[in-house]
Amino acid sequence: MKHTLTPQRYLILLAVMLSASVGDTLLSHGMAQVGPVTLAHLGLLLVALRNPWIITGILCLLGFFASYLTALSWADLTFVLPSTAFGYVVVAFLAKYWQHETITVYRWLGILLIVCGVGFVANGPSLTEHEPQHPPEESTPVAEGATPGGTQ
Amino acid sequence: MIYTGHIYAGPIETWATILSVAATAVAGDVLTAGAMRRIGDLDRIRANSGLGGAVRAVTSSPIFLLGVLSMAASFFSLLFTLSNVELSLAAPASASLTFLGNAFAAKIFLKENVNRRRWMAALFVCAGVFLLTK
Repeated sequence: MKHTLTPQRYLILLAVMLSASVGDTLLSHGMAQVGPVTLAHLGLLLVALRNPWIITGILCLLGFFASYLTALSWADLTFVLPSTAFGYVVVAFLAKYWQHETITVYRWLGILLIVCGVGFVANGPSLTEHEPQHPPEESTPVAEGATPGGTQ
Repeated sequence: MIYTGHIYAGPIETWATILSVAATAVAGDVLTAGAMRRIGDLDRIRANSGLGGAVRAVTSSPIFLLGVLSMAASFFSLLFTLSNVELSLAAPASASLTFLGNAFAAKIFLKENVNRRRWMAALFVCAGVFLLTK
């Protein structure tokens, strides 16, 4: 049986990709406002927790972890991980158009490779089919005239 | 000691710390994925028992907690590595090794069907992550 994903599950994978990259970018933007944190000034980390960019970034990363765990509950790790790597591509675009960073040719090439890698797994089955450890129980005979699969 | 831009680690220490980051990250990913496989489809659990039930199902799994512990160890290993090794080497090397290590570990421990398509994906992503830091 080939496991393919429903549109709702593709949306969860999209949430995995976007929430991690947006969360990281928000944290980076917030920490740039807070300033460098050294061992002598660890208290600045508490100040950072009051920064709205940092708070939004943390919420995004919590959303990432929830959607990542949800994806792992119905898809293989080797299917989900390349999808999460697509977040690097999103980060590169956010860095270019929001933070106005320069993207070198090497980085564009890296982005192209990641897109290809995600493409390799995107059309394949999402979950490995394992042989059941216990033989299936004998099915109970269905009464004549009964609707299979429940009441309708 | 305040970081002044100097790199103190030799090649053995450099690669030992990078490997420790990748190994703990792989352990975290595989344990978390194994726990989620045992727990089952979270969408279905949430539909039956609500969000609280899904959270309880996840957080009461010892394998999941072990996975989170490994992820935390990986984070602190990365912090330690970054204090001794240049970011431009530590970040792509640990990320690339983690991708490859996950493919091997998923095949061995999770019995996933890592076919040629998935190996190619791991290698492409690995090379792509490396190029992103250039």
